Amino acid sequence: MKLKKWTELEIGCVIPEGGTSQEFKTGDWRSERPIWHEDKCVQCYLCWIYCPDSAIIVENGKVTGIDYDFCKGCGICAYECPPKAGAIIMEREVK
Amino acid sequence: MIVARTGNEAMAEAMRQINPDVVAAYPITPATEIVQIFSGFVANGQVDTEYVAVESEHSAMSACVGAAAAGARVMTGTASQGLALMYEILYIAAGLRLPIVLCLVNRSLSSPINIHCDHSDSMGARDAGWIQILTERTQEAYDSVIQAVLIAEKALLPVMVTIDGFIISHAMENIELIDDRAVKEYIGQRSAKYSLLDVDKPFTVGGLDLQDYYFEHKMSEIDAMNHVLPVIEEVNKQFSQRFKRGYPILEEYRCLDAEVALLAMGSTVGTARIAVDELRQEGKKAGLVKLRVFRPFPVAMLKAALKKLKVVGVMDRSDSFSTNGGQLYIEARSILYDEPTKPLLANYVYGLGGRDISIEEIKEIYRQLFDIRNQGKVAAPITYYGVRS
Amino acid sequence: MANLRELAKKTDLLAGGHRACAGCGATIALRQVLLAAERPVVVGLATGCAEVVTTIFPYTAWKVPYIHNAFENVAATISGVEAAYRAQKKMGKITKDIDFIAVGGDGGTYDIGIQALSGAIERRHRMLYVCYDNQAYMNTGIQRSSATPTGAHTTTSVAGKVIPGKMQPRKDLTEIIIAHDIPYAAQATIAYWNDLVTKVRKALATDGPSFINIFSPCRLGWGYPPEKTLDISRLAVETCFWPLYEYENRKYRISIMPKEKKPVAEFLKIQERFAHIFKAKDQAMIDRIQAEFDYKWDRLLKRHQEGQ
Repeated sequence: MKLKKWTELEIGCVIPEGGTSQEFKTGDWRSERPIWHEDKCVQCYLCWIYCPDSAIIVENGKVTGIDYDFCKGCGICAYECPPKAGAIIMEREVK
Repeated sequence: MIVARTGNEAMAEAMRQINPDVVAAYPITPATEIVQIFSGFVANGQVDTEYVAVESEHSAMSACVGAAAAGARVMTGTASQGLALMYEILYIAAGLRLPIVLCLVNRSLSSPINIHCDHSDSMGARDAGWIQILTERTQEAYDSVIQAVLIAEKALLPVMVTIDGFIISHAMENIELIDDRAVKEYIGQRSAKYSLLDVDKPFTVGGLDLQDYYFEHKMSEIDAMNHVLPVIEEVNKQFSQRFKRGYPILEEYRCLDAEVALLAMGSTVGTARIAVDELRQEGKKAGLVKLRVFRPFPVAMLKAALKKLKVVGVMDRSDSFSTNGGQLYIEARSILYDEPTKPLLANYVYGLGGRDISIEEIKEIYRQLFDIRNQGKVAAPITYYGVRS
Repeated sequence: MANLRELAKKTDLLAGGHRACAGCGATIALRQVLLAAERPVVVGLATGCAEVVTTIFPYTAWKVPYIHNAFENVAATISGVEAAYRAQKKMGKITKDIDFIAVGGDGGTYDIGIQALSGAIERRHRMLYVCYDNQAYMNTGIQRSSATPTGAHTTTSVAGKVIPGKMQPRKDLTEIIIAHDIPYAAQATIAYWNDLVTKVRKALATDGPSFINIFSPCRLGWGYPPEKTLDISRLAVETCFWPLYEYENRKYRISIMPKEKKPVAEFLKIQERFAHIFKAKDQAMIDRIQAEFDYKWDRLLKRHQEGQ
């Protein structure tokens, strides 16, 4: 974001809109990335409830993928994915 | 309606008429009565206020910040150590531009612990970004608390209105009350641009600034303070029009043909007025400059008033420990620096810990100022007046 | 009983793009708390990791009204917000039902913030206080707090040659809060999301103050690989290091009873912050820690049985 002048700021240190962190892409922190395999996914939502970065995409009540804009590659989703499913595998991040 | 009220009672009465949404307060001598009396109003249903009996002054100001950020009209009261304990939150309240009104009863800061009047408490907070109005007596205190609500909400900076501890807070005076309805009409309703309770429009307040934004946020606060004096004048003008009395930011009392004057704040102004009148009767051309607003510091107005005088004794009821005198002296002196003609200045640090200063003693100070006028120089720039040496 | 499929339909009120460490337990806790809320909420946050990483101007991860004031006063700040709500609701200026959540780390809750928290509970504000307990002052670089357990290494309770880590047992804040006769208090942790969500909902439905202490593993401060955050959270429960219980209407109830009580050493040995104990083969310290948590567990078990 371009840096604002003091005259352009909201009063009282207010950030007037919620969720503006979504403009800051923490995805470039990754050294490993999770790959989600749709065919193996049992839609248990564990990856979604355990992701620290709200980076598991859920659409119409179904997990549909990973939001690589924010995923930091912590590996929790791959680790917590039930062994019988094994739908998420970590791979080396390719820059 | 004319009634007899002490300073504390008058401030509590003003609070009752203002009927703020939230009061979060903690007792401390000599301000305790304000919150005590107000608690009685709450318990008797005379106000709609939600009273938060917090467990410390730090929590008092913290709760005030929360309530003000949630769109409420918020007031509190304290003194001395209480104000000192609020210290970090005072800066936050101003930085977040919250229109909180604080009734401050000036009492000295420990140590030693002392419950009597001096200005060390409000002086300690002078850089926090709060508007500071130092009142001379009960009538002015009552009126100023009411004015403060509008000043705070127009300037979007918090305001402290002070009275001298025990001297004004506990002394009975006849004052004229405005009637309840007229107060409510005058102050109207608060209209906050942002309220946490607007859940459909979520916003974040109090975020972390890195080096790239802190200066800009502070600049907007500095700018706000730069525009406060006209707000105070406008509010006072409206108040005077409605209620037939008002208070200038700075008052020049019998200065027209005076060469020698005292610059003072708070209740001492009242004592000095009598000293001036007595000196005038003796044919001495003494004047008095009352400063009512200490923050922002009325640079232009004060410069204009002081420039005309030959000798000014600056009365400080606190010391700055800078070895350079009291705060009012330091600031008054600095605004005169570039002036081609400026008065000789002498600082009198007096009244610490409630040490009384009498009419006679003030007349003695004036005698010293006349001596300075005659000799054309200041032998002792800083005098600690009234201490046993 | 919460249902993940139902929860997954909700919008995350904590957005991505915050600067928490990869694998941060605290942000998982905050996400789960917000997902649990069924009515609009206003959140206050004490200075600390969560506050810093989620609100670096001009970026905010919060999609709810949010206030940060200072370090030790989030309970007082939210007391003020709640009072403003009551005042304006009384006057008819506000009609919505809103819940208030004050959040602090163990630093801002057990130590510097305990006064404000105690006062807020005593005054019976209708608010939930959530503590994300990562057992040290993490944001300033891992210094000991009164929540740091016996034996742990932190930068101010260094595992050194003469003093091997923190020598004092941790404060049991949950019990201190219970001593206020609070209508609802609980301990929770992120691996047991259903238990956590259920407790948050009970707390928010309480007509008065409530408190939930959420065990939030910190990979950087405790020293373990980030993907194991939930494992650590589970092991804490299975070893009875962090019992999951509630205090509701003056009765204790253990909400998750471990099938088999594992030795606390299993929890300690996979974290760097306790590694020095194992390196030195300090069995006395391990026994001491085991005894400490056995005492707490036995006492809790007794209270749980009385409550049944």
